[in-house]
Amino acid sequence: MAADKPDYKWVGTRTIRPDGHDKVTGRAKFGSDFTLSGMIHGRVLRSAHAHAVIKSIDTSAAEALPGVRAVITSKDFADQPSELAAAGEAMVNYKDMTRNVMAREKALYDGHAVAAVAATTVEIAEAALELIKVDYDVLPHVIDVDDAMQDGAPILDESLVPVGMDAKGPTNIAKRVEFTLGDAAKGFDAADVVLERSYKTAAVHQGYIEPHAVVSSVSEDGQAQIWCCTQGQFMVRTFTARLCGMPASSIRVTPSEIGGGFGGKTVVYLEPLATMLSKKAGKPVKMTMSREEVFRASGPTSAGSMTYKIGAKKDGTITAVEAEIRLLAGAFPGSPVQPACMCAVAPYDIENVHLVGYDVVVNRPKVAAYRAPGAPISAFGAESIIDELAKELGMDPLEIRAKNAAKDGTKAAYGPTFRNIGYEETVKQAQAHAHYTAPLGPNQGRGVASGFWFNIGGESSATVNINEDGTAVVVSGNPDIGGSRASLAMMAAEELGIDYSNVRPIIADTASVGYNFLTGGSRVTFATGLAVVEAARDAVRQLCERAAKIWEVDAEGVIWDDGHAKPASTNVGEFEPLSLASLAASASKTGGPICGHNAQNVQGAGPGFATHICDVEVDPETGCVTVLRYTAIQDVGRAIHPSYVEGQIQGGAAQGIGWALNEEYIYSDKGTLDNPGFLDYRIPVASDLPMIEAVMVEVPNDRHPYGVRGVGEVPIVPPMAAVANAIENATGVRMEALPMSPPRILAALDAARVKQAAE
Amino acid sequence: MAKHHVSVTLNGEPTEFLCSTRQTLLDVLRDELNLTGSKEGCASGDCGACSVMVDGRLVCSCLVMGAECDGKSVETIEGMADGEKLHPLQQTFLEEAALQCGICTPGVLVAAKALLERNNNPTETQVRYWLAGNLCRCTGYDKIVRAVMKTAAEMRGGA
Amino acid sequence: MARVVLTDSLSKQFTNGAGEFEIAASSVRQLIRELDARYPGLGTQVEEGFLSVAIDGEIHQDAFLEELREDSEVAFLPAIRGG
Repeated sequence: MAADKPDYKWVGTRTIRPDGHDKVTGRAKFGSDFTLSGMIHGRVLRSAHAHAVIKSIDTSAAEALPGVRAVITSKDFADQPSELAAAGEAMVNYKDMTRNVMAREKALYDGHAVAAVAATTVEIAEAALELIKVDYDVLPHVIDVDDAMQDGAPILDESLVPVGMDAKGPTNIAKRVEFTLGDAAKGFDAADVVLERSYKTAAVHQGYIEPHAVVSSVSEDGQAQIWCCTQGQFMVRTFTARLCGMPASSIRVTPSEIGGGFGGKTVVYLEPLATMLSKKAGKPVKMTMSREEVFRASGPTSAGSMTYKIGAKKDGTITAVEAEIRLLAGAFPGSPVQPACMCAVAPYDIENVHLVGYDVVVNRPKVAAYRAPGAPISAFGAESIIDELAKELGMDPLEIRAKNAAKDGTKAAYGPTFRNIGYEETVKQAQAHAHYTAPLGPNQGRGVASGFWFNIGGESSATVNINEDGTAVVVSGNPDIGGSRASLAMMAAEELGIDYSNVRPIIADTASVGYNFLTGGSRVTFATGLAVVEAARDAVRQLCERAAKIWEVDAEGVIWDDGHAKPASTNVGEFEPLSLASLAASASKTGGPICGHNAQNVQGAGPGFATHICDVEVDPETGCVTVLRYTAIQDVGRAIHPSYVEGQIQGGAAQGIGWALNEEYIYSDKGTLDNPGFLDYRIPVASDLPMIEAVMVEVPNDRHPYGVRGVGEVPIVPPMAAVANAIENATGVRMEALPMSPPRILAALDAARVKQAAE
Repeated sequence: MAKHHVSVTLNGEPTEFLCSTRQTLLDVLRDELNLTGSKEGCASGDCGACSVMVDGRLVCSCLVMGAECDGKSVETIEGMADGEKLHPLQQTFLEEAALQCGICTPGVLVAAKALLERNNNPTETQVRYWLAGNLCRCTGYDKIVRAVMKTAAEMRGGA
Repeated sequence: MARVVLTDSLSKQFTNGAGEFEIAASSVRQLIRELDARYPGLGTQVEEGFLSVAIDGEIHQDAFLEELREDSEVAFLPAIRGG
């Protein structure tokens, strides 16, 4: 079904990214590389208790320390009413947001900010923190999602009223959601085989290597300038303005280069603190998080506890799926339980589906988005139980997926009917791939899994300025996390018909470009790309109008081809083509500067599907799992820059493998985080992984001029189940909890050996 | 508190700086010498984003004190290119898209250069284990490893 | 006639459990007015309740000016973001 690939000059090639030289020489400026003269330094005092009432905070000694310029607590921030925010990522409540950024009545997690200091040196700021006296009334805490749902669990917020269900009294359940298709009970009645299983996943962090960093400078007239690493400078402006009680127009946010985000930098932590400190001190304030603070106080994703029930006929047709998915939100409501439910079985055409989800608060940092939020968790359960179903029926795991595959016209469990999707193609390519039939050795096994993510569009603004020398600047507003600015430049070069090296993409601050929704949701190449294409076309229209003026013909008589204005036909006249450069040079005489512009709320993002194949070897003595081979097949629409699309697929798969095998938040019995560092929070290193083969299936998205589909998030959805299924295939042991770290695998192998000996 | 007066050879040039007792080499590079190419990812020697060479040895600059560098040679990412000419590793990283966000890239490049200076024909496994101290969250390491091996082959074949 | 698909929570709250039904409308804006007429409060909830709209399978963050075809399917779902 792949459309014939058009002959593009730039789109689909592997150009050198425009920001590349600065990044390989260390010249590129990331969040903490920025300095301003007169800058002072901020540090945050954090609760060491998982749950405590803050009775009082005495900052007098800190304020008196020489070198200290400002001290803030929640007193410096106006309280916020309960109101949902639409400008950020997950639905955030301002009342919760201000409390997360600076605790008010209670400290709700180990690491919760309770005060902050700005001083002339980092040493003085840290000394000042020691002088702040906080009187805590320590309370019992709860950190497990199932424990928090039980009667008698410590309650975080007595005033919490759950959405979507009635509560008998105070509860930690913030929300209940439900999705129904058909009649699950009837579906199970019609099944020949019914399986029920429970699964658990641990909380994991996005793991970006660059900690949060900001410099905020508020001048005496109340104008603020903020430099920070963020996925969304407009989001930072909106949230900081709201929390600090300043008009958004008085804040200008410039995004630095960003050292990873994956969703974790779609909210604010330090920015409002630095801004308030700067306001009070009358000096620019720089704040960075240490790695420990990143783990303790910035949002990881949820831990999950799930039960699944699946029914199928002997021939493999899945007749019903029922699931209950419980996700922890951290200290404030807002886990991604809705998308978790919506994505769980999205790759399949199932008549009867009933999914219930719970969003539960616990004494942990408030969760933030992490690459396809919720979907990897629910997919772990769904793809594991489908694998078990296949085994029960004696069916090949790809065959059962092919048999039940969602196609054009399939009604998704979460509501709409799919149109123009590429899931089946990914399964077919997996079946045909050499990896699937490669031989396996002793203690080795193979697993497959599929995954889905919606992808989004959203508000995008772009300007294409034609310079007097015939080069172009593409101005847009999305921080470049993975190479997107190269793709934007390539699409603009394609439209303008000029050399890619003559197109300079820049990522502008909030004052220099129209509003852009943040970098996330796999949207930049799709949505911002679309705005860039339209802006380039607008510039082309103007260029043609200029040529028409010069030739004294109607504008309809001029076409744009290969970077030149040409007469549409000989009827229009005999004119030599006018290059973009020559039209640019004469622009001042023909009407002035040539600037193409576009701003829109982009719709029609195409959903993404993937199927992964994973081979592992399990050491029976140590329980260590080695990933031997990994193939990730994904429907990518059209790859503008194939290398960076492959990069998204490989990076997402690697994060999923880490989530599967080793990553987890480990808590003490006091509810404090025991592993807030990269030594004990073990992300995959180079020696943990094999080459990751990324197979790009191109089913173009007809809502984008170049067929683009978002690609960044889908790749993290299948790996956890793919690895679990491979481990089962290698050992006969089914792991139902993540991470599948060596001690757990060993315990499971030992238990199986004991069971076998007994039989 | 009195500061230490330290003299080093930095990227081939004699350089002096003042630092306090508690400042690491990473702090000195970034805060005193304005060389922000070396990054702080963890300050505990676990991520490798601060990788530099001290007396020809690959180290995490967050684990080296500024004061203990007196008399030593220090090489950072800023010294890797030769004027306008990129080091072959830097060039290949660009061509092979061996970076996404770029925060780990300086550390990876310094480490990879150290490897190729010791072993100009590393196997994939040797490259992976040598780079195991450089965390990357974006790429899954695939393109990084390929770029290092491709550069090794080119450097063997070319010169 | 447009075919409207609602989430469980919306249908429980406003339509007595009816999750799918038909409404005559040629634009989303008109559809919302008709929804409010038939199920008071539902139109307002749809407009202000942070929902995404899927028209014929395509997700829209902000669909209120979109035109509908003769037999368009309009599904209201919880807002989708990303990470």
